[in-house]
Amino acid sequence: MGDIAIRVEHLSKLYRIGPREPYKALRDTLTAAMYAPFRAVSAFLSGRRSAVQNSPSNSYVWALKDVSFEVKRGEVVGIIGRNGAGKTTLLKILSRVTEPTEGYAEIHGRVGSLLEVGTGFHPELTGRENIYLSGIILGMKKAEIDRKFDEIVAFAGIEKFLDTPVKYYSSGMYVRLAFAVAAHLEPEILLVDEVLAVGDAAFQKKCLGKMGEVAREGRTVLFVSHNMAAISSLCERAFMLDSGKLIRQGFAQGVIQYYLQSVTSTEVVPIDQRQDRTGDGRVRAVSLQIESADGDKVIRSTSCLKITIGYRSNEPLRYPRFLVGIYDYTNRGIFLLDSDAVGGLPEVLPPEGSVTCVTDPINLTPGRCYVNLAIFKGGVMADYIQYAAWFDVEAEDVYGSGKLPERDWVLCILRHKWFLNGG
Amino acid sequence: MIGVKGLLERWVFNHRQDESVPVFIIRPSKGLVALNLRELWQYRELLYILIWRDIKVRYKQTAIGAAWAVIQPFFAMVVFSLIFGRLAKIPSEGLPYPIFAYSALLPWQFFAKALTEASTSLVVNERVITKVYFPRLLVPTAVVLAGLLDFGIAFLILLGMMVFYGITPSWFILFVPLFLLLAIITALGVSFWLSALDVEYRDVRYTLPFLTQLWFFATPVVYPSTIVPPSWRALYGLNPMVGVIEGFRWALLGSAPPDPRMLLVSSLLASLLFMSGLIYFRRMERTLADRI
Repeated sequence: MGDIAIRVEHLSKLYRIGPREPYKALRDTLTAAMYAPFRAVSAFLSGRRSAVQNSPSNSYVWALKDVSFEVKRGEVVGIIGRNGAGKTTLLKILSRVTEPTEGYAEIHGRVGSLLEVGTGFHPELTGRENIYLSGIILGMKKAEIDRKFDEIVAFAGIEKFLDTPVKYYSSGMYVRLAFAVAAHLEPEILLVDEVLAVGDAAFQKKCLGKMGEVAREGRTVLFVSHNMAAISSLCERAFMLDSGKLIRQGFAQGVIQYYLQSVTSTEVVPIDQRQDRTGDGRVRAVSLQIESADGDKVIRSTSCLKITIGYRSNEPLRYPRFLVGIYDYTNRGIFLLDSDAVGGLPEVLPPEGSVTCVTDPINLTPGRCYVNLAIFKGGVMADYIQYAAWFDVEAEDVYGSGKLPERDWVLCILRHKWFLNGG
Repeated sequence: MIGVKGLLERWVFNHRQDESVPVFIIRPSKGLVALNLRELWQYRELLYILIWRDIKVRYKQTAIGAAWAVIQPFFAMVVFSLIFGRLAKIPSEGLPYPIFAYSALLPWQFFAKALTEASTSLVVNERVITKVYFPRLLVPTAVVLAGLLDFGIAFLILLGMMVFYGITPSWFILFVPLFLLLAIITALGVSFWLSALDVEYRDVRYTLPFLTQLWFFATPVVYPSTIVPPSWRALYGLNPMVGVIEGFRWALLGSAPPDPRMLLVSSLLASLLFMSGLIYFRRMERTLADRI
């Protein structure tokens, strides 16, 4: 066996999707149970094997389908993929939070899972108390926490607030304490999900450093992230998941390249399926494509955006107005693209078609942007979708120095020059 | 702050100490699951800290803290003594009505509190359950056991009342822990069932107040079980809390000893509830995180 840490064979997980029922009512189960014999009889008489089995198939989805891989002891493997690709599901199965529907996994060693920051934290309890609570929930022994206590506190830098309930902590302090506890776990295998997406840049660096240490020590790490820089600096290998399938594995750099090329180029959001929309419905947006206007596969800091909106209506579209709002993750507006404000569209559009908007360079720092979409007809809102799409701005060497401000500090990039006066 | 180098050395050192590397096999489970009591033992520290958390958090936000443990049964006793003792003149087996009611209220309130709090405990702890693995059985168990502190505090008042009424306990008092154990087993059994059911059917939480109230009247808290016709006693004993409360009164206050048939039925049913709850819970536990 020797150097295998994780072996996964044909792992699959079936989830129920769609408008999830908040809960099953006991009444429904009871009536279903009462009718069940009759249904079986009628199914038998009509020659079908099971009437129950074929009905719900469309409301289920394979969050993970036939995934197989091996991870050797001491490897650090990055897992990338779009939202909903099955990354978190994979970590949940490996950490035994949930069971697979099919398949098999073999784990050699104790597993520590960091699926969120502050697992088990209770807001009413003090920092000191939460270190013990969270530590034990994450799988440490009390004696172990006793030994590491000072170190954890120092790592988090919260000495002064040790006896303050964590509900009074700033979010930064909270994250630091939570991560400090997690960073001192000593399992053979560590599963980490996107926890570095929070916290300030300096602390993120510290955490990355800590994870690097973990790796150098021969412990195995599976690391899910959207932060490609983090993946490429920490992991030698990477897996890419798409719609529950493992579609690529290999050296991290190669997989990351493949991922970046595949994400943005094919990002046509099927927004005609969306139910969470408002407006009177006389016009509906049916597709939304966001890409880099220069034909590049990814959107970079100085890319121009090309946004194509497909729409459908029952009649010619008079006095249309298309609005695209672009926001950062705190929901602060960055751009508003308004067809009325700049003109350019004819007064009447065909009942079905698409319009395109091309922008100047966006000059944004790397990070995720969210897109809202609205269509007006004759001054009345016809369709409005919040979070119609998102896109990631990838880092670009704008200044030619390799130094770029990060999204946590600033939102925009401004090219600039420096001179010494009187020289 | 410890330097990175020191940290590294210590980690490597600690790492080498662990010689045995456990192997976990993950696969879809089929049929009955093993109860895996050994695993529960391995996680005992988690049980302690969950109990500690439940106690700590419960009293942290209150102004008078642990005094609540006394106030609730005490005022219930006052009200019951007035209504059932004075006005309705319900017999109390020759004991002063207040102590007759209070001695029953102790195990009853322990049970009722466990029932209401433990039954919703899985849903309340949803965040942790969906993020990290541990035997989920510990969640309702911790809530039930945390109630023992309240019980202990309220018990001191009972001892005070016994002095006040001049009741000297006989050596039967040694049986009290046994009846307390019966109460704990009953509470655990019911909590396992209801907490697992609550995940799937949120109807459970709406049924709880109603269920507790019905159960209260089916239990000899405000009346003695002697008013139940003897031929019905065995059936009456199907409510395990009957055995608990009759046992308490007998062991502490020296009232009539509980009907042995009734006691037997109560103990058997409590064990049945506990075992079946354990099996049901373990079965539901596997997919709990998906359904919560």
